[in-house]
Amino acid sequence: MLPLILFYSFATILVLAGIAVIVSRNPVYAALSLVLCFVTSAAIWLLIEAEFLAIVLVLVYVGAVMVLFLFVVMMIDINLEELRAGFTRFAWLGWITAGAIVFEIAGVVLTKRLGIDVTRGAAPLPANYSNTQELGALLYSKYAYPFEIAAMVLLVAIVAAITLTLRHRPNLKVQNIGRQVAARASERVRLVKMDSEHRE
Amino acid sequence: MNQTVLLAIPMLPLIAALIAGLAGKAIGRGGAAAVTIGAVAVSCALSCLVLKQLLADQVPNFDGTVYTWLVSDGVRMQVGFLIDRLSALMMVVVSFVSLCVHVYTIGYMSDDPGYQRFFAYISLFTFSMLMLVMANNFMQLFFGWEAVGLVSYLLIGFWYTRPTAIFASLKAFLVNRVGDFGFVLGIAGVLYYTGSLDYATVFAAAPTVATKTLVLFSGHRWSAMTVVCICLFVGAMGKSAQVPLHVWLPDSMEGPTPISALIHAATMVTAGIFMVARMSPLFEYSPTALSFVLVIGATTALFMGFLGIVNNDIKRVIAYSTLSQLGYMTVALGVSGYSVAMFHLMTHAFFKALLFLAAGAVIIAMHHEQDMRKMGGLRHRMPVTYWTALIGALALIGTPFFSGFYSKDALIDAVHASQRYGAGYAYWCVLLGVFVTALYTFRMMFMTFHGPERLDQHAREHFHDVGWDMKAPLVALAIPSAIIGYLTVEPILFGGYFGGAIKVLEGHDVIGELKTDWHGPAAFALHSLTSAPAWLAAFGVLTAWWFVLKHPERGDALRERFSGLNRVLVNKYYFDWFNENVLAPLARGLGLVLWRGGDQALIDGAIVNGSAQAVGRLAGVTRLLQNGFLYSYAFWMIIGLALSLGWFLMHI
Amino acid sequence: MITLAHLLTLSSVLFALSVAGIFLNRKNLLLLLMCIELLLLAANFNFVAFSRYLGQLDGQIFVFFVLTVAAAESAIGLAILVVLFRERRSISVEELNQLKG
Repeated sequence: MLPLILFYSFATILVLAGIAVIVSRNPVYAALSLVLCFVTSAAIWLLIEAEFLAIVLVLVYVGAVMVLFLFVVMMIDINLEELRAGFTRFAWLGWITAGAIVFEIAGVVLTKRLGIDVTRGAAPLPANYSNTQELGALLYSKYAYPFEIAAMVLLVAIVAAITLTLRHRPNLKVQNIGRQVAARASERVRLVKMDSEHRE
Repeated sequence: MNQTVLLAIPMLPLIAALIAGLAGKAIGRGGAAAVTIGAVAVSCALSCLVLKQLLADQVPNFDGTVYTWLVSDGVRMQVGFLIDRLSALMMVVVSFVSLCVHVYTIGYMSDDPGYQRFFAYISLFTFSMLMLVMANNFMQLFFGWEAVGLVSYLLIGFWYTRPTAIFASLKAFLVNRVGDFGFVLGIAGVLYYTGSLDYATVFAAAPTVATKTLVLFSGHRWSAMTVVCICLFVGAMGKSAQVPLHVWLPDSMEGPTPISALIHAATMVTAGIFMVARMSPLFEYSPTALSFVLVIGATTALFMGFLGIVNNDIKRVIAYSTLSQLGYMTVALGVSGYSVAMFHLMTHAFFKALLFLAAGAVIIAMHHEQDMRKMGGLRHRMPVTYWTALIGALALIGTPFFSGFYSKDALIDAVHASQRYGAGYAYWCVLLGVFVTALYTFRMMFMTFHGPERLDQHAREHFHDVGWDMKAPLVALAIPSAIIGYLTVEPILFGGYFGGAIKVLEGHDVIGELKTDWHGPAAFALHSLTSAPAWLAAFGVLTAWWFVLKHPERGDALRERFSGLNRVLVNKYYFDWFNENVLAPLARGLGLVLWRGGDQALIDGAIVNGSAQAVGRLAGVTRLLQNGFLYSYAFWMIIGLALSLGWFLMHI
Repeated sequence: MITLAHLLTLSSVLFALSVAGIFLNRKNLLLLLMCIELLLLAANFNFVAFSRYLGQLDGQIFVFFVLTVAAAESAIGLAILVVLFRERRSISVEELNQLKG
C-alpha cells in the first residue's frame, strides 16, 4: 500500500515538473525543474529496488550534466522577451503528436500479445540481494567490452567539447609542447673547438 | 547426284560476282566478263547435266541438307537442295537465259563505266535465283526471294544518277516488300501449323493442315490452308507482278535492257509462278485460294494487255506483255494446271528474253532511242534482229507450231475444261487476251520494223547495226522459241514429266482431261485451225496491220473518239496515281504522325525526357525538406517516429 | 503494488511530454537539449521497469550505457551551443538555417 501511495505522489511531481520544463519562461526554472524530474525518478527507481541506478542518476545526471546545463544557462545572456513569441503556432500539432504517441505506446503495452502480464507485481527479491553487487558481476564479465568502449566515448566527448570551445587569447605566449619535444640537440647546439685566447 | 556438283551450280556465279564486284578495277573489263561468263557457262552445263541425269539416267531426286545454319526451338534453318524435275527445269532455264544475257552484255554495256559492276550484279542475280529454285526449305526459298529482290533493286537503279531510275528501283523494292510481307505471314503460317520449314515435312503434313481452321477478323472462321496459301500467293503477286502489285514492272524498264530480259521476263518474275507450282501440295487443298489465284491472274492477263496497245515505248510494250503472260501462267496455276503453267513459263522465258534483247539491239542501234514513233522500216537495216524478233513475236502470239502456241493453247484448253469457281471469267479473259496480245505485239513489230522510216536526222546519221556479240544470243534464244514447244509439249504435259514434284488432286486434274483428246503435237497444231485462239490471233495481227501500216490516220481518229478510255489506259488505270497520291502520302503521313506523336512526344518526350524531368521535379520538391531549420528536422523525426510506431502496431 | 503498467504509463507520459516540448519550443536551443534529456529519462524508465519485472539485470546495464552516452551528448551539445552563441549572439533555433539545401 505504502509503496503505491509513494509511487503516485512521486509520479505526480514528476509529471508536473516535466510540464514545468516545457512551459517555463525562464530557462533557469526549466533547468531546475528538470533537476526535480531526475530526483523524483531516482526516488521511483528506489521504490522498484534499482538502487544503484537511482544513486547514479542523482550523482551523474543531476550532479554533472544538469550542473553543466546550469553553467551554460547562466553564461549565456539571453533575451527573455523574444523567447515567448511564436510559441503557440504549432502547439496543436505538438499536443496531437504527443497524444498519438501515448496512444500508440498504450496500445502496445496493453495488448494481449506482448507476452507478459503487465498487471502483476514484481517477483520478490531474495533477502540478501545486493543490486550493486549483481550489477557489478554482470558488468565486468559479460559487458566488459562495451564498458571499455563507453569509457572511450566519454574520452572522445571530453576532447571534442574542449576542442570546440577552445579559444586562444591573442598575443599570449603559449608553450608549444610539440615543438619543444621535437627539438634536437644537433639543431640547437654546435660544439666548436677553439684555442684559448692569450691575454698579454 | 554429286553434292559438290550441286553446290557448284549456285556458288560459281557467286564467286564470280564477288571477284568481278570487289576486284573489278584490278581485273579490268575483259577479266570481269570472262570470269562471270565462264562461271555461268559452267553452271549452265552442270544444270543440263543434272537434268540429263534426272531424265535419261533415272537418277532419283536429291533432297538433302548441305549446311545447318541454326536450330531454334526445334526449327531447323538449313541450306539444302531439292533437285527434282521441277527445279532442274528451272535451273536450266535460269542458267541458259543468264548465259545469253551475260554474252549480250558485252556488247550492250560496252561504253558504260559500270561494266564490271553490271557483270557482278547479274552474276549475283544468277546465284540468288538458283538458290531460290534449288531450295528444299522455306528459309532458303525466302533467302533467294529477298536476294533477287535486292539485286533487282540494284540493277533497276544501275544508272543511279538518273532520278527516274532511282524512283523506279525504290518502287520495285517497296512493292515487292508488300508482297514479301504476305509471304512471310504465309511462311509463319506454315511453320505454325506444321512445325517445320522443310518442304518434305510440310508437304507430308498438308492433308492434316487442310482440316484445321482459324479465326480472323472478328470471329470469322477460315480454313487454315486457305489463309496460308493466300498469304503465300500475296508474295507471288509481288514478285510476279499480279494486279494490284504489278505497278513496279513497267517502271523497272528504267534499268538496262539485259536485265529487263533476264530478271523481268525470264527469271525473277517467274519465281512467284515457280513457288506456287512448288507449293502445289499445299494449294491443292484449298480450292478457295486457287480460285483467288485464278481471278487475279485472269484480270492481270487481260487488263495489262490493254495497256500495251496504247504505249509508245518499245520496252514498256514488252513489259506489259510480260505482265499479261504472267497473268496467263497464274491462271494456269489457278485451274490446277501446274504443269502447263511451268511449260508456259519455260517457253515464255525464251521468247520474251529474245524480244527484250532484240528491243535492246534496236535501242542500241538507234542510239538509246526507245520511242517507237521515231522508228520504222528497221528490218532492212537490222535483218538478223528482225528475223529473230519475228520468231519471238510469232511464238508470243501463239502461232501454230511455234513454242508459245503449244503452251498457250494448252493453257486455254485447260481453263476451258476447269469447273472451278472463276474459271468461266478466266476463260473469257485469256481468250480475249489472245487477240489483245497479237494486237500489241504486231503493233510493236510493224511500228518498229515495217513501214516508212520515221527516224529523225540524228538517228539516221548515227545508226549502226549491233555486233555479233549481241546477235548471237538472239539466235541462241530464237531456236528454242521456235521448236522447243513442239518437242517437249507431250512429255511435259502428258508424259508425267514432273512426277512427284507437282501434286494434283483427283477431280482437279484438267490436264488429265486434256490428255484424252491428245493426238500429238502436229495434230494439235492442225486442230487449232478450227478453234478460236488461232483465229483471234490472226485477227489481231490483221487489226494491227490495218491501223499501223494501212491507215495510220484512222488510229489517231480512234484515239480521238475514245479519248476518255484512252486516258484511262494511258494513265494505267490510275494505279500509279492512286499509289503516289493516296497510298504513299497516307504511309508518309502515318510515319510522320508516329514520328512526331509516338517517337518524339511519347518515347522521347514523356518516357525518356519525362522520366528525367520527373526525377528533377521530385528532387525539387524533396529539396524543400532540407530547409536548414533544425526544428523542422526534429519535427519530421518525431512525426516519422510516430508513424513507424503506428505501422508496427498494425502488425502486432 | 506497483505494476508494470504503472511504470510503462508513466514513461510514456514523460516521452509524450518531451515530444511536445520539442515541438513547442522554437526559440530556445537550450530547452531543446533539456527535452532530449527528458526523452532519454523516459527510455531509461522503460529499461529499468522491464529489467525489474522480467528478472533480468541486462536492462539496468543498458541504462548505464545510455547514461554515458547522454552525458557525452549533452556535453558536446552544450559546447556547440556555446560556440554558436559566441558567433551569433542568439540561441534561437529558427535562425539556424545555414544548412539550407
